[in-house]
Amino acid sequence: MKKESKVKLSPILASLCLLGVGLSISGAAAAADANLARNLAATCANCHGTDGHSAGGMDSLAGEARDRLMQKLLAFKSGSRPATIMHQIARGYSDDQLALIAGYLSARPAHE
Amino acid sequence: MLNRRTFMKGLAGAAALGGLAACAGNTPRARPHVVVIGGGYGGATAAKYLRMWSQGAVDVTLIERNPAFVSCPMSNLVVGGYRELADISVSYAALQSKWGVRLITDEATAIDHARRTVSTTANGVLSYDRLVLSPGIDFMTAAVPGLEGNFERLPHAWKAGPQTVLLRQQLQDMPDGGVFAMHVPKSPYRCPPGPYERACVVASYLQRHKPRSKVLVLDANTEIQSKKALFTKAFQSYGKLIEYVPNSDLRSVDAASRSAELEFDRVRADVLNVIPPMRAGSIAVRAGLPLVNGRWVDIDWLTMEAKGVAGVHVLGDALQPAPGMPKSGHMANQHAKLAAAAVLNLLAGEPPSPAPVLTNTCYSFVDDRNAIHVASVHQYDADKRQPMPVEGAGGLSTAASDLEGQYAFAWAKNIWADMLS
Repeated sequence: MKKESKVKLSPILASLCLLGVGLSISGAAAAADANLARNLAATCANCHGTDGHSAGGMDSLAGEARDRLMQKLLAFKSGSRPATIMHQIARGYSDDQLALIAGYLSARPAHE
Repeated sequence: MLNRRTFMKGLAGAAALGGLAACAGNTPRARPHVVVIGGGYGGATAAKYLRMWSQGAVDVTLIERNPAFVSCPMSNLVVGGYRELADISVSYAALQSKWGVRLITDEATAIDHARRTVSTTANGVLSYDRLVLSPGIDFMTAAVPGLEGNFERLPHAWKAGPQTVLLRQQLQDMPDGGVFAMHVPKSPYRCPPGPYERACVVASYLQRHKPRSKVLVLDANTEIQSKKALFTKAFQSYGKLIEYVPNSDLRSVDAASRSAELEFDRVRADVLNVIPPMRAGSIAVRAGLPLVNGRWVDIDWLTMEAKGVAGVHVLGDALQPAPGMPKSGHMANQHAKLAAAAVLNLLAGEPPSPAPVLTNTCYSFVDDRNAIHVASVHQYDADKRQPMPVEGAGGLSTAASDLEGQYAFAWAKNIWADMLS
């Protein structure tokens, strides 16, 4: 049963495959990366609100200038900006990942 | 390159093929349908993010037995009398009204992963294209003789709700000079710092109102399981009010006398709070999902599907955790986003993201207003096929503080909104 379910596509996907109604994918890596910034920024939302819209008590990050966000994140990462927790969290991300996060959040409207 | 528009287009194509889909032998549906079981930190987040990230192109049904969300994090403040249950409860209404999640207040009773169906008590059988299972934990009550059927007299208060209120009531009814004993099961269990936070918050209440009393922490583990140095310091600040006893193997309990039989000792208490050993929510066990040590669901970390069971994505406390990954509400929220992203990719015929990242942040109160934290960041390791904590990142508070207490409340407000608003 398990084996069967493993190879079974959902009917919709099976239909898509049969009829060749595939999606335009240039390659697995590119496709996988399409939502990388969104997914990385979602790791911030627990504290800073969905898409950076804070529900209160934490900084709202949506719509903040990209460079300013990046500057802050790097300052947390280096320890030059005092923090209770952000210095510990920022160190968990590569600079490239922080840049993607800053880019994504800065592109959100400041207000929902 | 796939973007949101082509994803939408793909799903629209799928909708057009709804009639053909029926030929494949399943219930015809115009649009992909994801069923989410469990509306806790994991499941509620998954339901919202599936709707949000698909821009409504995927139908989502959330099956949750409780009429409102009640948070386990912050619930020790209710036990201590510093918050009411209403303060830690949130309605599911916005998931329906704002995000278009179909909410079913019911119990999911069985999963048939070969037929891709979920059975419920009152709403019949639901078909799904993909299932997100966030069942939380269930107690292995039989492991503690005398406990079965006695949760009214010996509350666990390890699932927030009526049990939280019951433990609060028993603490209030306790006489000055009484003993509040709690038993901590062997790791892993839900919320590693939770028992120690509870000890502190209860001690803080007793210090003010019943100072001749005692909190006895009977820990099956060899030491404090989270924030050890910080909790050790907090325990010391309460002087003789808190007594911590490691290596306390619980052999049995007697509900009538509220006593605990330990390997080398017998303890009689005025309030006996036994946190039972636990494992993945029983629906995961009944569904025949692969379990590690018969307790926790073994998953593929790129999709969060149970190993060997396509289409069943499992989240939260029910999982066999990756190294250094706690069973926390915050982590369940992060699992949910990883799973939601993977589900949408898979529905669109795409591979899941090859490099997911998860974080954890966990605040604990040491009294009514001062808090401490532990944080970690977990990056996927392709060789190890699981997320690994980033060395040099994460860490602990330097000391308990009022500022972190304020952040803890802000954390709760924001994560509840991230799940439910």
